[in-house]
Amino acid sequence: MTRIDRRSLLKLSGAGAIAAGTGGIAGVLASGRAPAYAQASTVHWLRWSDFVPASDQVLRNKIIPECEKALGIKLNLETINANDIQARITSSVQSGNGPDVIMVLNNWPRLYEASIADVSDVAEEIGKAQGGYYDIARTIDNVDGKWIGVPWAIGGGLLTNRKSWFDEIGYSEGKFPETWEEYRAAGKKLKAAGHPFGQTLGHTFGDAPGFWYPYLWSWGGKEVEADGKTVALNSKETIDSVKFAVGFWKDCCDEGGLAWDDSSNNRAFLSGTISSTNNGASIYLEAKKKPDSYLTEKGTPLWKDIFHTRLPMGTGGQFALPGPFTDLLMGYSKNQKAAKDFLRWVHSKPVFEQWFTSQQGYTDGATKEWEKDPVWNVDPVMLPFRDLPNVGRLVGYAGPPDRAAAEVVTKYIIVDMYAKAVQGMPAEDAVKWAYEELVKVYT
Amino acid sequence: MTFTYAAVRPYARSPRRGPLTRLLEDERWLAVTLLLPTVVLLGLFIAYPFVKGVELSVTDAKVGIPGHFVGLQNFADVWNDGIFRVAVWNTCLYTLVTTVFKLALGLWLALLLNNNFKGKAFTRAFILLPFIIPTVLSTLAWKWMFDPTFSVINYLLFQLGIIHSRINWLGDPNLALISVIIVNVWRGVPFYAISLLAGLQTISPELHEAAAIDGARAWQRFRHVTWPLLLPVTLVIVLFSVIQTFADFQLVYVLTGGGPANATQLFATYAYQIGIGTGLLSQGATISLAVFPVLLLVVIVQLIYIRRVETH
Repeated sequence: MTRIDRRSLLKLSGAGAIAAGTGGIAGVLASGRAPAYAQASTVHWLRWSDFVPASDQVLRNKIIPECEKALGIKLNLETINANDIQARITSSVQSGNGPDVIMVLNNWPRLYEASIADVSDVAEEIGKAQGGYYDIARTIDNVDGKWIGVPWAIGGGLLTNRKSWFDEIGYSEGKFPETWEEYRAAGKKLKAAGHPFGQTLGHTFGDAPGFWYPYLWSWGGKEVEADGKTVALNSKETIDSVKFAVGFWKDCCDEGGLAWDDSSNNRAFLSGTISSTNNGASIYLEAKKKPDSYLTEKGTPLWKDIFHTRLPMGTGGQFALPGPFTDLLMGYSKNQKAAKDFLRWVHSKPVFEQWFTSQQGYTDGATKEWEKDPVWNVDPVMLPFRDLPNVGRLVGYAGPPDRAAAEVVTKYIIVDMYAKAVQGMPAEDAVKWAYEELVKVYT
Repeated sequence: MTFTYAAVRPYARSPRRGPLTRLLEDERWLAVTLLLPTVVLLGLFIAYPFVKGVELSVTDAKVGIPGHFVGLQNFADVWNDGIFRVAVWNTCLYTLVTTVFKLALGLWLALLLNNNFKGKAFTRAFILLPFIIPTVLSTLAWKWMFDPTFSVINYLLFQLGIIHSRINWLGDPNLALISVIIVNVWRGVPFYAISLLAGLQTISPELHEAAAIDGARAWQRFRHVTWPLLLPVTLVIVLFSVIQTFADFQLVYVLTGGGPANATQLFATYAYQIGIGTGLLSQGATISLAVFPVLLLVVIVQLIYIRRVETH
């Protein structure tokens, strides 16, 4: 028998491995990129792990097989924690290798403008076929007439409230405090009864800006002027909002909220410790899903004791901070055509509808067509979410939701302005601090 | 499956030495060859990221945009950033306080574990648990324990009659920093204890016996026998720990995200917020690099001190 010595084996296997590589090591070094092994018929789609798990199941069990059948494209769906998406985008863009399509939140498309493909043809087609996009989606994803992403859906928060407790203080039959003063007066009574409001003032990406930005706007405060450069935070309106927030916090809120993350208010509400909190519909949907686990103090199902309302009105108006979701076709993707075909297909009405229905109203569509969807007739408690995109503003108001606006959110400057005041800093000083931080960002 | 190969030779040990063998018999070449894997690894995973970090910090690079050379502009910007200054102060305080406590408690634990008692092996293994559990997991458990509404610590203190209203562990700016310090100390003490225990076991018991015969009491034996012999090991452990703590990220990221109002913001969490959250890679790199001169100074001072201790 012929024997192979170690050296010959190494030589053989090494040569084989090199030959197997497309273009070989020399090719990889010349291009400065890791080799892309994805085939033309595979599209890698990265998304967040949905707050409505049933929707991820629809994607996995229905959309993936349908995609292969309809387009011949093998869909590689990956879901990760929303907090980790930006780290993945950064590493993918810098290495030029990663998912073909990434679903992002809020104004993130503006951060990666230089690294994403033009999808105007797909976005225009979908928008035209589905009644036109909301201004919110257009403002984020359309830059100087070019679509940098295909809007997927629009999420956002409303006040989730306990019906029976508001009944007890005189707000029955669908009535609810309309202004901040009325809401504060109600909160004072509820806190005295052991049912405070719950709101975060911590460093958490969803609920903290979700409440404090619309709160600022409703007092007439704003970050910058429409030019996106002139910082306008140091106004009487802002100072008034901060002064009111200090009293509101003391009178009405669970003071542990300074340390809350995005899930803390869900837990507090579901365990019956708070009476009102700004949140997506996840509290209600969770209580409805497990009617035997979540009960009121009287032993009745909690979900039947919940209703949703908009944040109260202030002297500047009544607002919300919607969270748009956008599918980005990454510029480095070798599968541009397949990915575009996939985007056109998955955003089309019959396919998107399956996912949208599974959301039960947790998100709105990105186009106005979805306001008419039968999903809104199923549960009247979810109905207020339908109108959210029409009452929303975006971060960076009155300027564009650009990188500077993202920096202000990421540094939690607006949230911390209120947190500092609640912790004892005079309102004027807190606003001055935030103003100076904003000037550094915007100039 | 069949395959052919051309270069197959019957296995036979050649009596003649090949050129490579002769080359490696030269000690200089052998040393180079043996060092090469380490040099490559250090180069790839330490030197390259460091050089890349320096390169980024002198440009205005953003995610997907290479950027232009801007000199030291980023450092000037960062220096004028109030949140950065808060992060510097927090990081220094966090490192100093945790190191003192970890050293004191670790040494105390090591001295206890150095005695003979029943279940010694089990206890030593058990002590390591906080260090073994992934930081993110144990920190999540602590987050629950510090939860403003559901804190088990508050519940116990309340039941024992020590407090009458709940303590806002992570919501109060001072308490939040104290809380992250507590978790860091809890996590770091086992590392100190086990490493110092290893150091203690190298000290010959005969020295203690001799000192005892000469009339030295327990404290005197520790002060004049144990401590001088343990000092080189202690300094290396402290050096290692300071570097780790200065660059700590996971613990604060999970526990507070740097809040409330930046009360627990550290270098690493702030660099992550700016570099990843805002896509300003150059400024994120600048914030990370700001740690470097401080750490370099600490390392140099400690290494000089270790050398002095060893030569004495």
